Amino acid sequence: MTTDPGLEGLAGIVVHDEIVPARAPWLHHVAAGQTLRIVDLEGNQAVDFLVYSAADDAERYSAQDTVAAQGNLFLRTGSVLLSNEGRPMMTIVATSVDYHDTIGGACSCESNTLRYGHHTKSQHACVDNFLEANLREGRGKRDMVSNINFFMNVPVEKDGTLGIVDGISAPGLTVDLRAEMDVIVVVSNCPQINNPCNAFNPTPVRMIVTA
Amino acid sequence: MTVLADPMAAREHARAMAGTIVEAMPCLPPEASDLPAGVAAEDLVWEETVAPGGYAARRLARGSRLRLIDLQGDACASLLIYNAEMPTERLNVADTVKVQWNAYLGAGKLLLSDMGRVLMSILEDDAGTHDAFCGTSNARTNAAKYGEGRNSGPFPNGRDRLLLGSAKHGLQRRDVHPCINLFKGTRIEADGTITPLIGPFEPERKVVLRAEMEVIVVIANCPHVLDPRDQWSVTPLRLTAWRGAVTPEDDPIRNATPEGQRAFLNVEDYFRR
Repeated sequence: MTTDPGLEGLAGIVVHDEIVPARAPWLHHVAAGQTLRIVDLEGNQAVDFLVYSAADDAERYSAQDTVAAQGNLFLRTGSVLLSNEGRPMMTIVATSVDYHDTIGGACSCESNTLRYGHHTKSQHACVDNFLEANLREGRGKRDMVSNINFFMNVPVEKDGTLGIVDGISAPGLTVDLRAEMDVIVVVSNCPQINNPCNAFNPTPVRMIVTA
Repeated sequence: MTVLADPMAAREHARAMAGTIVEAMPCLPPEASDLPAGVAAEDLVWEETVAPGGYAARRLARGSRLRLIDLQGDACASLLIYNAEMPTERLNVADTVKVQWNAYLGAGKLLLSDMGRVLMSILEDDAGTHDAFCGTSNARTNAAKYGEGRNSGPFPNGRDRLLLGSAKHGLQRRDVHPCINLFKGTRIEADGTITPLIGPFEPERKVVLRAEMEVIVVIANCPHVLDPRDQWSVTPLRLTAWRGAVTPEDDPIRNATPEGQRAFLNVEDYFRR
């Protein structure tokens, strides 16, 4: 009998269960057929997310191929995350949030200087998390591409105006991703404090893998 | 044994082709009768027409202008940009739209790198239909749509063209980053739906870019990945580049937004050496 609400609706046995602290990177290999659940523990915490093929990490998530194939910018239940070679890497099999972002990219020390001013250069940023995690496995800056931002809200208005606005997630909401191939998931639990992506307060998230 | 079994005859045969003019080819030395007023003929550095399904790659100096002309109204210029001195710095489409708070490319917009700098800016644009979201076709999308999409076949795909163009500057599969498409556009609906704007459009629409850093541009001219037509349809793309002044401090594009001003400050900081 489980009373853990984080596990609700998950099939299979839990093979990994970890809390990623606020502001931290996370790297995990997920085998084909396994499901990764991300739990937004405290609500409106952007989870910046990249995927690489474990067999050949020059094949990786492509936001552009993904949105072109589905004809829509937002990631929802049923969205298939495609690689830069057009192959399915993961599928969003369920999510309790209406939609997720994949156009807003990751914050970096450098882009923070443009968006907020040079006083933010020393603040921690997602690109630094992605690099720290990727460097452990021999990947580097060339391996950085447009990412997904789970639990982040980036609407596009009629005149093209876009921005990271107040989130549509809430404490305990989840996204479940089934791996369609053996993949390496690299996450930055976003440390941004200058826009609403984390409700100005970075918080921990939970990663559960089931097989 | 044909006559070309003789190397001298083969040489004559090969040399007899010299001077052949086709629609899509580079012009060496570059020559253009339609340079803008004030641009000296000796400042022309590149004149090339890219074939339907073709690609081009070139290093351009800081200050260079690159003019792209959609000669017949059905070209699609998928563009990658690298910092030529340090190609790990490259176009970042997410930062480009996020930092400028807008999804659509057009005159006055900046093409930003992943290092908070301006790689190129859009000086002129009479097309208005561009796309920062969909990327380009790949072997699988072309195979699904046109039956095949290999470089060696009749319907090359954009990704494989960008790979070849990048490879010729020493770059690899992991360097080919998200691109932008010029001349073929998209509009985003409130629910996120992507509406492609594929034309064909009137001929001779043009875009002029200004290199704000030393850059390598890689351009593929393949049908947009959301082109709804069953036929693989694309027409030649003309590229012309000339030397130009480095952007001055009072430049209107530089000063259009505070984010842009800081991006130019970062460029100047990079070149302060």
